[in-house]
Amino acid sequence: MSSFIELNEVGKQYVVKKQTFKALSDVQLSIEEGQFVSVVGPSGCGKSTILRILAGLEEATTGEVLVDGVPVTGPGADRGMVFQTYTLFPWLSVRENIQFGLKLKGIPLTIRRKMADRFIELIKLEKFANAFPNQLSGGMKQRVAIARALAANPKVLLMDEPFGALDAQTKMDMQEMLRDIWRAEQTTVVFITHDIDEAIYLSQRIVLMAAGPGRIIGEYEVDLPSERDLLTRELPAFLNLKRELIQRLKHD
Amino acid sequence: MANESTTKATKHGRRSVWQVLRPISTSLYVMMALASFMIVLVVWSLLSYGGFVEQIFLPPPIEVAKQFFTNITSAEYWEHIGISVFRVFGGFMLACLIGIPLGILAGTFKIGEALVEPQMEFIRYMPAVAFIPLVMVWAGIGEWAKILIIFIGCFFQLVLMVAVDTRRVSHDLIQAAMTLGATRWQLIESVIFQALRPHLMNTLRLILGWAWTYLVVAELVAVNSGLGYQIMKAQRFLNTSEIFVGILVIGLLGLICDRIFAYLNKRFFPWAS
Repeated sequence: MSSFIELNEVGKQYVVKKQTFKALSDVQLSIEEGQFVSVVGPSGCGKSTILRILAGLEEATTGEVLVDGVPVTGPGADRGMVFQTYTLFPWLSVRENIQFGLKLKGIPLTIRRKMADRFIELIKLEKFANAFPNQLSGGMKQRVAIARALAANPKVLLMDEPFGALDAQTKMDMQEMLRDIWRAEQTTVVFITHDIDEAIYLSQRIVLMAAGPGRIIGEYEVDLPSERDLLTRELPAFLNLKRELIQRLKHD
Repeated sequence: MANESTTKATKHGRRSVWQVLRPISTSLYVMMALASFMIVLVVWSLLSYGGFVEQIFLPPPIEVAKQFFTNITSAEYWEHIGISVFRVFGGFMLACLIGIPLGILAGTFKIGEALVEPQMEFIRYMPAVAFIPLVMVWAGIGEWAKILIIFIGCFFQLVLMVAVDTRRVSHDLIQAAMTLGATRWQLIESVIFQALRPHLMNTLRLILGWAWTYLVVAELVAVNSGLGYQIMKAQRFLNTSEIFVGILVIGLLGLICDRIFAYLNKRFFPWAS
């Protein structure tokens, strides 16, 4: 019985100036439907590469990738993605951005408007529904990007350090909102970050990676209540896991 | 007096207007721009009224002004303007019609680039003027010949510039659309072309400027109408004021087109920049 998302012996090599560079080696990973999994590791460990291979934006050199039993051969609406950079379409309003994926599918205007409005409510940007991206703050832009990805109704939401460029306070607000959204929507989420606190706070499970070549060095269950808030970060379980992860990263 | 107060102010910590990248007020900007025109006018007046240069080489400003008003109040001159505008826009539109899709093709697909760009790079170094004899053989001496010359002057550059603009469309934006399920055609139509528009407008603005400069070339031979023809005719009679006016009018028309494009860009794509 295979899992919802399955990476089997996935490897990735680049050839730069006739030299082969191993970005990923033998990555083995299974993710259950509805799970929130974070992939954590230092820069250059290939965590973003895994996500981009899952999205179909890059091709694995070896191994196979399955999502809901179907091999990944290219990007598709079943795997929504939120990028670290701001990728809202600047010529479209917030509402039009969120409707973008629905429009591509040919869903009629009245229906997609209704669907978009539900997501605008979810990200609490009702007042900005008709605003354009250049009128939004960084945090707001990422909220819209999340809503846009979710509105296309993907099987899995791929997030590539989406809060990496935000200030500390905004980042915490965004994490809280993402928790709420995930619990409401029950979407499978694969979240890439180098921030250990962020990973623990958000996830049910953490996949730890190391560089040279990029590989998985450990998997950890996050044993925290599903109801989480600011104080969660001070719980012994939180701090113990944090220490364990830091030590594991150090000893590699 | 004015000089003194400026010096004092500087001593009291006011910053110099010559500080690198320092913004200045709009009124100062306008004043400086007017001053630069005044300087040219003053030098010109000195040279002609002072008798340093013969009138036949350099007509005094007042003569040129008189000629200018005589021309623009005559219906015949407006016909010349009309036919020139027609030729410029004919050549320009034709270049856009074929050049924009080709440029997008070359900027979107690597294989499109291979098919289009080396060819264009090669041809664009061939001078448009040198094509005149060929164009006359191919298209005769009618309107098509003039339109073709302007087309040749614009087309190859246009394709290359549109390709560069297309390539500059954010890859993250394109990839975001891919993960939202966009097909190849949807990517081109709903992302690449949309994101391209403001840059495209700027490129078209530049190219239209070049179209105006090619006008005189296009109207060099076998013509009896147009602003370029007016200039050539004036040269035959050593009517330098008329030449001055011809050049000025072409410059003004180019400037007006440029401003219209700049305005439209701001008006339609406020989200850019």
